[in-house]
Amino acid sequence: MGNTSMSVGRYAIYACLVIFAVLYLMPLYVMITTSLKDIEEIRQGNLLALPAAPTLYAWAKAWGSACTGSECEGLAPFFFNSIRIVVPAVLISTLIGALNGYVLAKWRFRGSEFLFAALLFGCFIPFQVILLPMARLLATFGLANTVTGLVLVHVIYGVAFTTLFFRNFYVSVPTELVKAAQLDGANFFQIFRHIFLPISLPIFTVTIIWQFTQIWNDFLFGVVYSGQGTQPITVALNNLVNTSVGGKEYNVDMAAALIAALPTLVVYVLAGKYFVRGLTAGAVKG
Amino acid sequence: MLNRSIAACFAAASLVALPVQASEVEVLHWWTSGGEAKSVASLKSSLQKRGVSWQDFAVAGGGGENAMTVLKSRAVSGNPPTAAQIKGPDIQEWGELGFLASIDDVAKKNNWDGVLPGVVSDVMKYQGKYVAAPVNVHRVNWLWANPEVFRKAGASIPTTWADFMVQAKKIQDAGYIALAHGGQAWQDNTVFEAVVLGVGGAEYYKKAFVELDMKALNSSTTDEVFKVFGELRQFIDANAPGRDWNVATSMVINGEAAMQIMGDWAKGEFAVAGKNAGTDFVCVAAPGTSDGFTFNVDSFAFFQQSDVNKQSAQKAMAEEILGTNFQEVFNLNKGSIPARLGMARAKFDTCAHDSMNAFVSTAQSGGLVPSFAHGMAVPGAVAGAITDVATNYFNSDTSPADGKAQLVAAIQAAM
Amino acid sequence: MHQTVKKQSVLDLLEAWLPKIIMAPTTLAMIVCMYGFIVWTGALSFTKSRMLPQWDFVGFIQYEKLFANPRWDVAISNLVVFGVLFIAISLLIGLVLAIFLDQKIRGEGAIRTIYLYPMAVSFVVTGTAWKWILNPGLGIEKMVRDFGFTDFEFRWLVDQEMAIYTIVIAAVWQSSGFVMAMFLAGLRSVDDSLIKAAQIDGASAWQSYWHVILPILRPVFFSAIVILSHIAIKSFDLVQALTGGGPGYASDLPANFMYTFAFNRAQMGIGAASAMVMLFGVLAILVPYLYSELRGSNRG
Repeated sequence: MGNTSMSVGRYAIYACLVIFAVLYLMPLYVMITTSLKDIEEIRQGNLLALPAAPTLYAWAKAWGSACTGSECEGLAPFFFNSIRIVVPAVLISTLIGALNGYVLAKWRFRGSEFLFAALLFGCFIPFQVILLPMARLLATFGLANTVTGLVLVHVIYGVAFTTLFFRNFYVSVPTELVKAAQLDGANFFQIFRHIFLPISLPIFTVTIIWQFTQIWNDFLFGVVYSGQGTQPITVALNNLVNTSVGGKEYNVDMAAALIAALPTLVVYVLAGKYFVRGLTAGAVKG
Repeated sequence: MLNRSIAACFAAASLVALPVQASEVEVLHWWTSGGEAKSVASLKSSLQKRGVSWQDFAVAGGGGENAMTVLKSRAVSGNPPTAAQIKGPDIQEWGELGFLASIDDVAKKNNWDGVLPGVVSDVMKYQGKYVAAPVNVHRVNWLWANPEVFRKAGASIPTTWADFMVQAKKIQDAGYIALAHGGQAWQDNTVFEAVVLGVGGAEYYKKAFVELDMKALNSSTTDEVFKVFGELRQFIDANAPGRDWNVATSMVINGEAAMQIMGDWAKGEFAVAGKNAGTDFVCVAAPGTSDGFTFNVDSFAFFQQSDVNKQSAQKAMAEEILGTNFQEVFNLNKGSIPARLGMARAKFDTCAHDSMNAFVSTAQSGGLVPSFAHGMAVPGAVAGAITDVATNYFNSDTSPADGKAQLVAAIQAAM
Repeated sequence: MHQTVKKQSVLDLLEAWLPKIIMAPTTLAMIVCMYGFIVWTGALSFTKSRMLPQWDFVGFIQYEKLFANPRWDVAISNLVVFGVLFIAISLLIGLVLAIFLDQKIRGEGAIRTIYLYPMAVSFVVTGTAWKWILNPGLGIEKMVRDFGFTDFEFRWLVDQEMAIYTIVIAAVWQSSGFVMAMFLAGLRSVDDSLIKAAQIDGASAWQSYWHVILPILRPVFFSAIVILSHIAIKSFDLVQALTGGGPGYASDLPANFMYTFAFNRAQMGIGAASAMVMLFGVLAILVPYLYSELRGSNRG
């Protein structure tokens, strides 16, 4: 009796999980099949049907020859631009977040909790609001429309979340451990290096994945603060899919979107396991 | 010594940044696709022949919304591009803020006052001096029709809005969609504009939607406009909201729908589908607007530059834009007609010829009016307010009286 | 402690200040780039700025105009509907999927990745895919009707009243997987013996989840709610890509309203006013919650 109900229950769970998986995959399915069709088939056919004669034409065009302005070189040149922005921005914001989190978790001072709360509240500011004052500020430091300036902006508005992640993670480290190390004469950085860093791999994974996703997919900052020839891939994607005259090539649009999403997709597929593990390590300790 | 090496260092750095020592233009625009991108590329290459290098700065999306955001942040940081795609009353606003550079000497040298119609050149000037160069003239009040569908439904192409309702009913009864439409705010507004001109006539149009005369807006004509606009709701299909305009056009091409009201850029869709004007599709003025012409002019405005090289590059660019070569290439690609009068017509199609004739004749008759749906007639705030009312009205079952009241209130609030 | 080596005490002093020194750049950036810009925007909302910021102060006129604008009413009530539903449904789906996935499921890795991937894809084009799926003439409705259920209707996307719910659907699709991951992580770090203990006490599996495990997951709820409300308030490209705010402006959200007015319509004053209203509205709801949660965690 117990056994059958158990297995019925498990079937229900599996069914539920699979149904959700199918629903989640639907947009991806539409995008992939569309990217493999030719434009005639899209115009006439059923959107949900499999491509009759799959072709990589759209992918090749999106990568190498679609127009993103007066240049028609596809997304390829912008791919590298994005990497030049994302890598430093992710690393710097993660490192700062780690140190901040370490301080806020284990080296609290008067007002440090308030500071943390203020940081969390402050980033509720809609990003559209900061566009102009930030542009002014960057210009004051001569960073307007430079990669450095754009990286700086990403770091500033990313640090709140990286700090949140690291703080929640480090809070779970027993304070006695820190005290004992202090008695042994270890200083601030030694404690960080020898006690905190070695256990930080999971939370670094989480933070890096999070930041990578956020910054890679950013359009608003990228379009406003990037400079000549350093526009990130999202800007190129936007230019590619937004046509004011007709002749919309949906297959190329979809292929371009998938190309632009590829790095983050790969990161999620490869590091997804560590992602959950990293969250696990710091999850339930406030 | 040290100073010198630092200076050399800087010089080297600036060389890296500006690969060509000669002049260059950095151009902000949102023409990123198909024919438009090709047209921009042709402007670019003709400038390069004159030794002016082109730094492309394309930001598409939202009919220039994103590009304007970028332009504003560049202006705030004191680093505006050499030229930017700005049009209509926005040119005046940028002029008032003191950002624009005069290109009057180029205009004088090339007799722009002579080759440009007055309505166009007025828009390009700030305080009597040219600060922008026009690229094209779009006619917005077109009706695109599929004659095959009309034949099958036993209907004729309507020339007034009253007739439109009769013919549309016939088409609908025959099982076709009468009016192909994409329910996006600007498309709703484009249809609204055609109704305003067709029902109210050019005089009313100018008074109410250009001069924002409250008496005209409060008149019974406005009630009539909203009544007709509201009646159109029944002739579009239920799936219209959110549809791109080119998808609506393809419904006319495929014979699913009979008509579409859309600017002359729709022609490109028919051309891509291999259809011929006159036989496969028909272009006529929107109902009741055959003696009217709502124009939409794209233009580049020039921003002040301290660098002399950039100033001369700017002027070269202005000259090229008004050159017959670019005017022809660009407008053949885009479906519009040249802003410059008296150009050779041979390469343009019949719809473009109609447009050119109407452009000249309406300029004399007074039927030539700026398109408010495309940002040519009133400042952005008012244009936006009109858009909001029109799109909300069209997508709800608001009564004509309420529509009028909302319009008046919204325009007053935005002024 | 001892004054034997003077150098050491300087180091000690430095050491004592080190936490503050480390927090200093972040604090400075926060004061300038978050609160400074909020103040800047606040000041701007009292000016008659149009195309660009201009510092002619005009009092509350922009706020009056804002509240008289019917489109703003729509945007605000949409944010309430959207925010509540989006956060609630994401939490619910995330939690249920996490509990199910935690039942030693075969193929967990693959299923988990499927739930997570939407977070990785930008909405610039996913919006188009969703637009097609939700469009009655192209997507789900057509598919079900083609199966023979000819009366089936699913036309939220083109319905003024329902369009905002399609935004909820797409937003939940994008974020619930991430919430699932957070809850899954939370469940994994709950001590197994707790669940066993609850079951030995006679509680059924569901009761043990409800009474024992959910309370332990409270910090996860906290983090999830903070992240989800950030996403909700900043939802912008979602609307842009899926409905363009339509039909009419029925699915507009405040962020879209603000962007349009500030940057497209040369009504920067109203844009700034809308940003301030939005910010303070949100803080009025969230501050008490954040405050109580942070205090709670401090005690713990």
